[in-house]
Amino acid sequence: MPSEVPEKPAPLNTPRSEDPERQFVRFTRLQRILHICMICSFLSLATTGLTLKFSYTRWASVVSHLLGGFESEGNIHRAAAVVMFGVFITHLVDLVRLKKREHLSWRSLVLGPGSLVPNGQDLKELIGTLKWFVGLGPRPAYGRWTYWEKFDYFAVFWGIAVIGSTGLTLWFPVFFTRFIPGSFLNVATIVHSDEALLATGFIFTVHFFNTHLRPEKFPMDITVFTGRMPLEELKRDKPREYEALVADGTLEEHMEEAYPPIVTRTIRIFGWAALAVGFSTVLWIIYAVIFAYQ
Amino acid sequence: MAETKIARRKWRLGVAFAAILITLFTLRISERPVRAADPPGAECLACHGDKTFNTTRAGKTVSLYVDGKKFATSIHASFGCTGCHADLEGKDFPHDKPARVKCGTCHSDEQALYSKSLHGKAVARGDALAPSCVNCHGNHAIYPVKDPRSAVAPLKVPFVCGQCHSEGTPVSRTRQIAQDNILGNYSESIHGEALLKKGLAVAPTCATCHTAHSILPHTDPASSINRKNIAATCTKCHSQIESVHRKIIRGELWEKQANVLPACPDCHQPHKIRNVFYEMGMANADCMRCHANEKLRRARDGKSMFVNIDEASHSVHGKKGIACSQCHSEVNASRVRPCETITKGVDCTSCHDEIGKLYATSIHGQLNAKNDSNAPTCKECHGTHGILNKQDPQSPTFAVNVPNLCARCHREGQKAAVRYTGTQHEIISNYTESIHGTLLKNGLTVTATCTSCHSAHHILPRSDPASTVNANNVPNTCGQCHHGIEEQFENSIHSKKVSGYGKPLPVCNDCHTAHSIHRTDENSFKLNVMGTCGRCHEKIAETYFETYHGKVSRLGYTKAAKCYDCHGAHDVLKVTDPRSHLSRANVAATCQKCHAGATRRFAGYLTHATHHDPKKYPFVFYTFWGMTGLLLGTFVVGGIHTLLWLPRAFQMRRELKAAEAAAENGEPHAGKDTKEDGDA
Repeated sequence: MPSEVPEKPAPLNTPRSEDPERQFVRFTRLQRILHICMICSFLSLATTGLTLKFSYTRWASVVSHLLGGFESEGNIHRAAAVVMFGVFITHLVDLVRLKKREHLSWRSLVLGPGSLVPNGQDLKELIGTLKWFVGLGPRPAYGRWTYWEKFDYFAVFWGIAVIGSTGLTLWFPVFFTRFIPGSFLNVATIVHSDEALLATGFIFTVHFFNTHLRPEKFPMDITVFTGRMPLEELKRDKPREYEALVADGTLEEHMEEAYPPIVTRTIRIFGWAALAVGFSTVLWIIYAVIFAYQ
Repeated sequence: MAETKIARRKWRLGVAFAAILITLFTLRISERPVRAADPPGAECLACHGDKTFNTTRAGKTVSLYVDGKKFATSIHASFGCTGCHADLEGKDFPHDKPARVKCGTCHSDEQALYSKSLHGKAVARGDALAPSCVNCHGNHAIYPVKDPRSAVAPLKVPFVCGQCHSEGTPVSRTRQIAQDNILGNYSESIHGEALLKKGLAVAPTCATCHTAHSILPHTDPASSINRKNIAATCTKCHSQIESVHRKIIRGELWEKQANVLPACPDCHQPHKIRNVFYEMGMANADCMRCHANEKLRRARDGKSMFVNIDEASHSVHGKKGIACSQCHSEVNASRVRPCETITKGVDCTSCHDEIGKLYATSIHGQLNAKNDSNAPTCKECHGTHGILNKQDPQSPTFAVNVPNLCARCHREGQKAAVRYTGTQHEIISNYTESIHGTLLKNGLTVTATCTSCHSAHHILPRSDPASTVNANNVPNTCGQCHHGIEEQFENSIHSKKVSGYGKPLPVCNDCHTAHSIHRTDENSFKLNVMGTCGRCHEKIAETYFETYHGKVSRLGYTKAAKCYDCHGAHDVLKVTDPRSHLSRANVAATCQKCHAGATRRFAGYLTHATHHDPKKYPFVFYTFWGMTGLLLGTFVVGGIHTLLWLPRAFQMRRELKAAEAAAENGEPHAGKDTKEDGDA
């Protein structure tokens, strides 16, 4: 997605010691807020939901107790679900606003260069990446969105659709059984919880690795919270985008002052907390699925 | 005419004379054959009248002499010898040994009584010492009982009986007879004195009390000296006796309920009955002469013999005016220390007969019968002199005090608890914390205590079919209070009457436990009930935990539907039963208890669905495996991608570090270092 236009363009090579570092802006404020909201919502949904799915483990009872008992957990789960729907809808509305602001056609919104919809270039990059992995070629010059980022993005769409719809069915069973048989509630339960398990497992392992735990990013990448990334990193990670911006001569429009250390430190603390919850959850899932399965 | 009259008179006299002669002659003729054998048995006495007439039987010389004079005066004289020795009628001499005379041929009533008596049965057994008719009545010289010559005349009876029942005789030595020195005691008793020393023929002899022919042991209910009959026997003579016993025994009870009161021999010992003022020695005041002393101790073991008369007089017995001697019935007023004749402890069953029988069949009674020192007797629970009515809050048997009473032995570590090998432990503390115990602590005396379920006197182990806590009897026992629930239960599938199922079915305590029964609206009960039902319904309980209701219940949520919310608690029925809460007609209403507006279609939710059963739940099964496939596929692709990436990523990191190091060595570098990364 195209990002906000920086208000105060500043020279790139200002000395570090005098002026704050200027960084490339990758995410808008709304996008960052939405991601934080989604993290909170997702962690809440995952924790409360998994206590139910793995109710046979001792851990589930402990977590359930910590969260104020099952009734309270239910409320948290439903409130977080509302937040998640809110995030999703807000994002869709934001896309429409973007289209209006940028005077884009639907086609260019979906298929344009900033779009997250996978295209032929992604297929080439996927093949190039696999070759790079096995040493048959160089690292592809990724653009603004890599194919795995696009996968993560659309996984959320898929998850919202599948988990959201089954979740609503389970939330309002009396209403929905006017249209569907009661036994579909059983099916919905399995789909809801297994899809949630997939989402949780995927986010807390593959997504975490791709974004944070890759040795060159270790231990975390806070770009999604600050919205900014060092220009060096842009050059390295997204060379195609960097080159396009340089070619356009619009790179400077996307540069902004870095946040002071206090902000980044706060963000890191939040990031650590989210990572900790995520990893604990992964351990718990592994324990519940492999060692305590019933 | 005159001559004619005279002639007629002469003729009449002649006829009369002739008639007299004929009559006399006829009489003579008719008497003649009898007279021919006169004197009685003369024909027999020709031989048997000889005192030296004898024979040898089994190597012994037996006299065959019969005293003809005595026989001639006996009551049987007119029947002659063959009247009794009927088998010798018309026999040639010398005849064989005659058969044993059957007195019962004529004396059939006496014979019948005798046959059932102790003596008659002993004879039938072939007991050589057992007396037959002749042992008491003699043989040829039999006289009416009132005749002083009779062997069984009143004055002779004690000696007739004494032949066998006096000290030193084979009978007294070899037979189990509870009484000793019978004849000696009798002759010194008021009865014996009157008869033997004063010649009072109406004084009671042995036969007066024991009867002549129907002699039975006192343990036989038909015996004249049985506890229940002795009063009737004594009152044959002492018909107004109850009026003088009124102070001790209320007259009307004495006759109507002789079995629940002390019987005559309890105070007036058999055979020893003396002419003394019995009441004297039995008044409480006399006992208290010694027993009011707080320091009084028994010589044998130093046990305190102090009796708190205040306590005793306020006891349930004291209030009814029951005297010491009515319980301590072996006292003998003729002694200086009336209590020295006491050999046994107090027998409460002499009044509390029915309870005594129940107790004897209970496990306490059975152990007591085996002389088990741990077995509680009446006094262990009820106390001794200070026994109070169970309605009295001070009584140990008052409802609120019962658990503490039983706890004396059944609390963990106490003598009954250490012997116990069953499954129930911490009985007392569990009970105290149970709903029944809590209610009792709050003073609700009608709640269940130990005795409500186990009964007070008929306590039996659970394994005994007669036990109130035997599985078959538990519903009835609980139903004493929980009647409505028992009715529901008896109509449920868990009742054998309904299911006709042979194997053990659950009863109240299987779900509610025995001693730690909790309110069913307590969370602990609600959350444990699935495990409880699951003890039998193992599979179905497991599948319950795979669905929403089960999962949230396991997390401690008590509002989710439990087994009984859908199936009913006590009125569980097969789901195919139209009356079941889950029948087609009722299931929607059952769901609506929690899910307002639930429809039949809503009730189609599979509350026991499992993804392990493709036949029963194909949708669930295939959805589960479909989702699992999706999960595995995604993780495998994602995982491989990540693993392949890892070496390259490390390589990149190394290159970055190298570049960074190069930059710091002063090598000009266009861009900035990845400061963020470096910081981290």
